Amino acid sequence: MQSWFPENVSTYGGDVDGIFWFIFYIVTVWFFITEGLILYFVFRYRRKPGVKAVYAAGDTWAQLAWVLVPMAIVVVLDLFIDVRSADVWAKVKLQRPNTDFVVHGIGKQFNWEFVYSGVDGKFGTDDDIKTDNELHVPVGKPIQVILMSKDVIHSFFLPHFRLKQDAMPGRNIPVWFEATKTGQFEIPCAELCGFGHSGMKGLLVVHTPEEYQKWYREKTTGSGA
Amino acid sequence: MNEIATDAHAHSDNRSFVSRYVFSTDHKVIAKQYLSLSLFWALLGAGSAYLIRWQIAHPDTEAFGWGYIDPSVYNQLVTMHGTIMVFFVAMPLLLAAFGNFLIPLMVGARDMAFPRLNMLSVWIFALASIVLFASFFMPGGAAAAGWTGYPPLSAKNEYTGGGYGMDLWLLALALEFASFLLGGINFLTTAINMRAPGMTLMRLPVLVWMQLIAAVVFMLSVGPTIAGAILLLLDRNLGTTFYAPDGGGDPLLWQHLFWFFGHPEVYVILLPGLGITLEIIAVFARKPIFAYRPIIYASIIAGFLSFIVWAHHQYLSGMDPRLAMPFSVTTIIISVPFALVIFSIIATLWRSSMVFTTPMLFAVGTLGVFIFGGLTGIFNGSAAVDIYIHDTYFVVAHFHYTLISNVFFAGFGAIYFWFPKMFGRMMNETLGKIHFWLTFAFFNLIFGPMHLVGLGGMMRRIANPTQYDFLKPVEPLNIFITLMAILLILAQIVFVINFFWSLFAGKVAAANPWQANTLEWTTSSPPPHENFAETPVVYRGAYEYSLPGQSEDWLPQNLDLGDNAKAAAH
Amino acid sequence: MALTTNAMTMDRPTEPYGKVGTWWFLSSEIPTFGGVLVAYIVMRLGGTGWAEASQHLNFQIALVNTFILLTSSMTIVQAHNAAQEQDFKRTANYLGLTVVLGLGFLGMKAFEYATEISHGFLPSSGIFWSFYYGMTGLHGLHVVAGIIINLVLWIQAAKGTLAQHSHRVELAGLYWHFVDIVWIFLFPLLYLA
Repeated sequence: MQSWFPENVSTYGGDVDGIFWFIFYIVTVWFFITEGLILYFVFRYRRKPGVKAVYAAGDTWAQLAWVLVPMAIVVVLDLFIDVRSADVWAKVKLQRPNTDFVVHGIGKQFNWEFVYSGVDGKFGTDDDIKTDNELHVPVGKPIQVILMSKDVIHSFFLPHFRLKQDAMPGRNIPVWFEATKTGQFEIPCAELCGFGHSGMKGLLVVHTPEEYQKWYREKTTGSGA
Repeated sequence: MNEIATDAHAHSDNRSFVSRYVFSTDHKVIAKQYLSLSLFWALLGAGSAYLIRWQIAHPDTEAFGWGYIDPSVYNQLVTMHGTIMVFFVAMPLLLAAFGNFLIPLMVGARDMAFPRLNMLSVWIFALASIVLFASFFMPGGAAAAGWTGYPPLSAKNEYTGGGYGMDLWLLALALEFASFLLGGINFLTTAINMRAPGMTLMRLPVLVWMQLIAAVVFMLSVGPTIAGAILLLLDRNLGTTFYAPDGGGDPLLWQHLFWFFGHPEVYVILLPGLGITLEIIAVFARKPIFAYRPIIYASIIAGFLSFIVWAHHQYLSGMDPRLAMPFSVTTIIISVPFALVIFSIIATLWRSSMVFTTPMLFAVGTLGVFIFGGLTGIFNGSAAVDIYIHDTYFVVAHFHYTLISNVFFAGFGAIYFWFPKMFGRMMNETLGKIHFWLTFAFFNLIFGPMHLVGLGGMMRRIANPTQYDFLKPVEPLNIFITLMAILLILAQIVFVINFFWSLFAGKVAAANPWQANTLEWTTSSPPPHENFAETPVVYRGAYEYSLPGQSEDWLPQNLDLGDNAKAAAH
Repeated sequence: MALTTNAMTMDRPTEPYGKVGTWWFLSSEIPTFGGVLVAYIVMRLGGTGWAEASQHLNFQIALVNTFILLTSSMTIVQAHNAAQEQDFKRTANYLGLTVVLGLGFLGMKAFEYATEISHGFLPSSGIFWSFYYGMTGLHGLHVVAGIIINLVLWIQAAKGTLAQHSHRVELAGLYWHFVDIVWIFLFPLLYLA
């Protein structure tokens, strides 16, 4: 079933998938136990002439134990899932990697604008590099994107990185990722943003460090278009 | 033992059709009005589902029987499908129709506590229906910002290309909320104040408990959304800036106000569904409900917990990410009381004696389908996994498993089960079984594979997945799912035929065709205007099936066995 | 047809149905107003410019209005007492007083709105004003509803038809107190903070 996931090219993508599989195994066991019991009971306890049902109403602790003990197991497993999940959430959403590579990602109806700070390292100056719908990054380096929106709520989704974050007008929301492979990856919008929501997608281009430098040089010395 | 067939009402009923069936304060008639409205909306909901699925599988082609689906129309369909199914099918079917019909009968009362208020409730709901229906015909079309209506998209017409459709949507919801608030007054007052002698709270059928808990949860949770809707109407029409960052407002405010209600709302729908399932299973398994009291306590706890999980819909919304952890914990904890209920239902099947009538098939089907949905909920509740699956078809698959199990499987189960009581005729068993198996098969063939579509990353509410390279692998799945969806909708024709044919030509029903214990079965099918010829007196709980020492495997609540009964009764 | 439902219940004390219904309704109103109030508080704590905006409100008028509403709660309690004693002339008088006070509140509020609008402070003038007009407007609509209810009961008391449902005065009082309490929250949050 892992094959249904898009290929993971992110440093923490494996962690996210790992929680999925952790939950999957636990949940599959419960699935087979519960549905299996139902299926078995449905056949085993079909109405048969002369056979009466047993009046077991769960009145005694001995009977109730059959329900309470599995329930207690559910509690323990639930908390286990939560603890493991919390670590991964913290890694992706709460940590701020130490990186100087910051890009602004601005969602609008119906594409993304990406802004680099340019040579002077400051945003909002004349040497800022603006791209329409293309995010260029080098492989193997933590990238921070500050998400904004010009109009409605959009959502920055990198399926191959297992990253998603809503971009909300009025807020600057940081996300980070680090690519493990070069390539081109789509950046779909994942929050209904109007009649152009379908088809709103940017392109993430992950370069080797050399190719990235080449692209960056072209952008800073050229007209920046 | 005897089935007590009560007499028709003592005085003759000279009222006209209009005053008997249109302007009626009789809870049974009101229930049927809600039932009719919910089934009408279910048709529209299914129709919108068909068009949505067509567009996804065969983008930008002409849908058979409709034509080309423009992207903004697509957004309207997606919005209205959700709105219709949650507020105009699930609520009126499970709560209003069956709650209204059954609560007075099950507690042994002649009608609801406030019959005229009850009539007002259904009239307000009818008005809400008209308003929502009208919204389709507004210039700019119906609302198109999702059933969740997030601003700024929903706050400014230029963002959606819509117009008054959105305002009418808000108005229709406000009216619907008012209708159900008024209805809730009746449910609670009737169940508390009008129980027959001997009907203690712990002898109430579990369905009544579930309706009460649902009514209380609804009543306490809907306020913030009403507030939010008013604020949105003000933003749209008076230029206030509650949700507009430029004016100092915050779009996130809507999300909190909406989901504070939105989450408890799904349990409002779920609890009556579970209640129906339990009632039907007890009757056809000939066994008492296992752990009746723990089930009730668990449901009350779940109702309470439902108020503190809401932001699991907002992990990625831009709210402080540290909030994800407490909400993850509460979300995962809420699975615990439901686990207890599910285990208890399974335990009810143990050593039972089951007959698979159509209602029983649907009840067991509800259980099986709901378990699957509940398990996929664990994935969604984990904030880490949600980073990937939020706003994908994995979520859609999850909530269709949990909602359809309760709304359609339990809803159909309820219709087949109580049809004899409501209409005095039996539905056709063969057609019913065919309906069940087709529905069960096609449902799973739609929403099972849909999980894989979600894992593939397909986002919600997009009209054309072929626009994305990374979604190529799920194309065949989408085409398959659409075909199954069309077949599922067509399979419902069996039900429609059965329903209408049985109304007029079904076998005449006895008072208690299922040999069930609860009070509604002690009166005629259908009951007379005042429900009971004389007030029932209750001697025991609702689930004394297969009681040792009894010659029959059932024991009605109102059967007086003399002093011996009291020792054995619950 | 009359439902003799009371005859069907066990021998246990039950609340009159109308009272359960009224409390149910009020219980649903609390989260509604609560939602807006909590939203206001949270946004105000996190935002800027609210205090400056609220300076433009007329504290004196609001103070008078608070006094008016509190007095009207007292008059409706008197009306209820009178109704319990079956003195419907006094009931009518006190209900009438409550209606008049309610109208007075609305009148002052209308004057307040007019002044603010003439100074250019509209609902679209910013987030503080959105909340100000939104919350006081919502409250005002509830005051209107309460005045209508009290008016109907006043007329019935004056005509002598109130006797058969005299308990409704208590229910109207419950609603009116609720409206008053909401104002008690709104006043400091908007005018004093």
